Amino acid sequence: MTLALDTLGRLESEAIHIFREVAGEFDRPVILFSGGKDSTLLLHLAIKAFYPAPVPFPLLHVDTGHNFDEVIEFRDRVVAQHGLRLEVAKVQDWIDDGRLEERPDGTRNPLQTVPLLDSITQHKFDAVFGGGRRDEERARAKERIFSLRTAFGQWDPKRQRPELWNLYNGRHRAGEHVRVFPLSNWTELDVWNYIEREGIELPDIYYSHEREVFLRDGMWLAEGPWGKAREGETLQRKVVRYRTVGDGSCTGAVESDAADIHAVIAEVAASRLTERGATRADDRLSEAAMEDRKREGYF
Amino acid sequence: MSDLLRLATAGSVDDGKSTLVGRLLYDTKSVLADTLDAVHRASADRGLATPDLSLLVDGLRSEREQGITIDVAYRYFATPKRSFVLADTPGHVQYTRNTVTGASTAQLAVLLVDARKGVIEQTRRHAAVLALLGVPRLVLAVNKIDLVDYDEVTFSRIAKEFTAHATALGYTEDAVVEIPVSALAGDNVVEKSANTPWYSGPTLLEHLENVPVEPDPHDAPFRFPVQYVIRPRTAEHLDYRGYAGLVAAGTVKPGDEIVVLPSGRRSTVTKIDTADGELPEAAAGQSVTLLLADDIDISRGDLISVAGNEPKVTDELDATLCWLAEKPLRAGARVLVKHGTRTVQAMVTELRDRFDEQTLSSVDSPASLELNEIGRVALRLAEEVPLDDYSFSRRTGSFLVIDASDGSTLAAGLVGAPLPLLEDGVESCTGGSAATPDDHALVSPGP
Repeated sequence: MTLALDTLGRLESEAIHIFREVAGEFDRPVILFSGGKDSTLLLHLAIKAFYPAPVPFPLLHVDTGHNFDEVIEFRDRVVAQHGLRLEVAKVQDWIDDGRLEERPDGTRNPLQTVPLLDSITQHKFDAVFGGGRRDEERARAKERIFSLRTAFGQWDPKRQRPELWNLYNGRHRAGEHVRVFPLSNWTELDVWNYIEREGIELPDIYYSHEREVFLRDGMWLAEGPWGKAREGETLQRKVVRYRTVGDGSCTGAVESDAADIHAVIAEVAASRLTERGATRADDRLSEAAMEDRKREGYF
Repeated sequence: MSDLLRLATAGSVDDGKSTLVGRLLYDTKSVLADTLDAVHRASADRGLATPDLSLLVDGLRSEREQGITIDVAYRYFATPKRSFVLADTPGHVQYTRNTVTGASTAQLAVLLVDARKGVIEQTRRHAAVLALLGVPRLVLAVNKIDLVDYDEVTFSRIAKEFTAHATALGYTEDAVVEIPVSALAGDNVVEKSANTPWYSGPTLLEHLENVPVEPDPHDAPFRFPVQYVIRPRTAEHLDYRGYAGLVAAGTVKPGDEIVVLPSGRRSTVTKIDTADGELPEAAAGQSVTLLLADDIDISRGDLISVAGNEPKVTDELDATLCWLAEKPLRAGARVLVKHGTRTVQAMVTELRDRFDEQTLSSVDSPASLELNEIGRVALRLAEEVPLDDYSFSRRTGSFLVIDASDGSTLAAGLVGAPLPLLEDGVESCTGGSAATPDDHALVSPGP
């Protein structure tokens, strides 16, 4: 037998090491959990890190109210299955009592920041796990695995620390917290390959299905509590899947017939191949990448 | 077989490092279509006929406004043979801080020089820092080879000079490879160039794909810093008590005799547990949970070591520091030392010498260590700690120096003197002047 770890084994081992460091050095960590792909992967790794003990952290979902039913059903099922504690911060509550105002465009992704910071303060969370990866965007390439935030959740570049070897410095002042990104070194393809290898269940909407959608700003949107197709926008029945899940008002589906994990991996891998020397972007890919970025406001 | 190579790049902006990294990402098809689109648009806006690949890695405007372009950026690319994690370390200001950070986890470093300039002061400094940090392999990319008309003689001269320097730093000849490239034109980066028929070696990517990745040595004595104690206290696992951690060195099997440090208590490994089941053996790099035969007091910060080949347990730490803070270090400073999973109070009792990377010589008893300076110090620790030399293990021989008041990381610490040149009494290896107590003569050779 060989003892050498493969790429996924190394990434898994690194993530488990990070979870255990946080458990050992912080008083009140929390995992951001929406039921989406990356947070489901985070939770899977946390469960492995502390096996056979339960995960020693609660979960936090900052809920826009603009959800896909399949995702919320999945979220609650996973929480119950593993006997976890889930805190939900509903953006609607902040709107109802006047702490937040609905935006003219109806999108609630940007509204998540205040409920997130309020929850961190209220629960005195000192370490907040997120699923961010450095390969997502140029801007994220310099993010640390341990990212120090001020009491206002701000990222002060001058106070970010050099990360040496696998020694993480999580010291912070009272009221400050550290965002922790165990998936920093994973790529999108690593994530999907690992999901396949581990047989991790995801909400169905990540796989192709038929859905009534309409085109807006180059994205295929579905109708929901967040709004309906406007005049001039026609509902069409299409075979689609979602690459990310978030606020339904601005999370677009991509046309895809990838019905299972193998097909999704083939699609993700192939989408890189089609970019070989490409001078013209594939529209579908551009949209998907744009979608990925929309999550940036959240974390 | 696909595996992972962690590499760092070093070189100044003028050497075309952004273009080289951009070229690697571009030619390995690691760039998403929308990003590529943006680069094509921006290049066209600037009136360029071909896309400016440096735009793929240059920071965003908001980033520049925040003044953090001087920082390590991580890039990811893959070929069918290997996945790569690339730590892109800028060369200008704060070069040591960035190079040390990137090099601390790198298995290979790519150094860039401009073929027109050859090996310059910064090249020598970078190589010295990489050697100090124990990066096993170096590649010298002799860039802009097109601007010297693909001249073999120029390349050979640079290659020879660099090999001599690297050898003086302790590298064997097969650990160092020089490659003539043009990042801009693409010569020998991914595709073999027709312009350098005299060069028979691999392209940069071929080398990165095929270079042996030094596995963590399995014959090294076992080291396991305890991160966390797992006690489920459930009906199913009533008496379960597991010690969670990442194997830092060597291997472990059930039945192995171990000793817990610093307490010195002994026991036997009964089980190596993971969420995927028990393992017959675990090796360096693996996150596992150990169960022991005896119920002894072990907590986070302890080190489990193979019995019979243990690290020294001491409260006196002789170390090399790479000073990363604006605030200089002076003797008498009170700091925190984070070693493995243990953080202890410490005092810097003596600054022994400062390393001059330019002349590869040392300056005795400096008054201070300033930002980006490297020197040997003596520390007294508030408690006894098990310490391996950095030359034994990058994982158990490394530590952070932390400011107790604001929590910032002040220095990268290496137990012992990993670079032989840092030993007392070693004189310059580049034919320059021998070590002299005269600080100023060596600090800035001057323009």
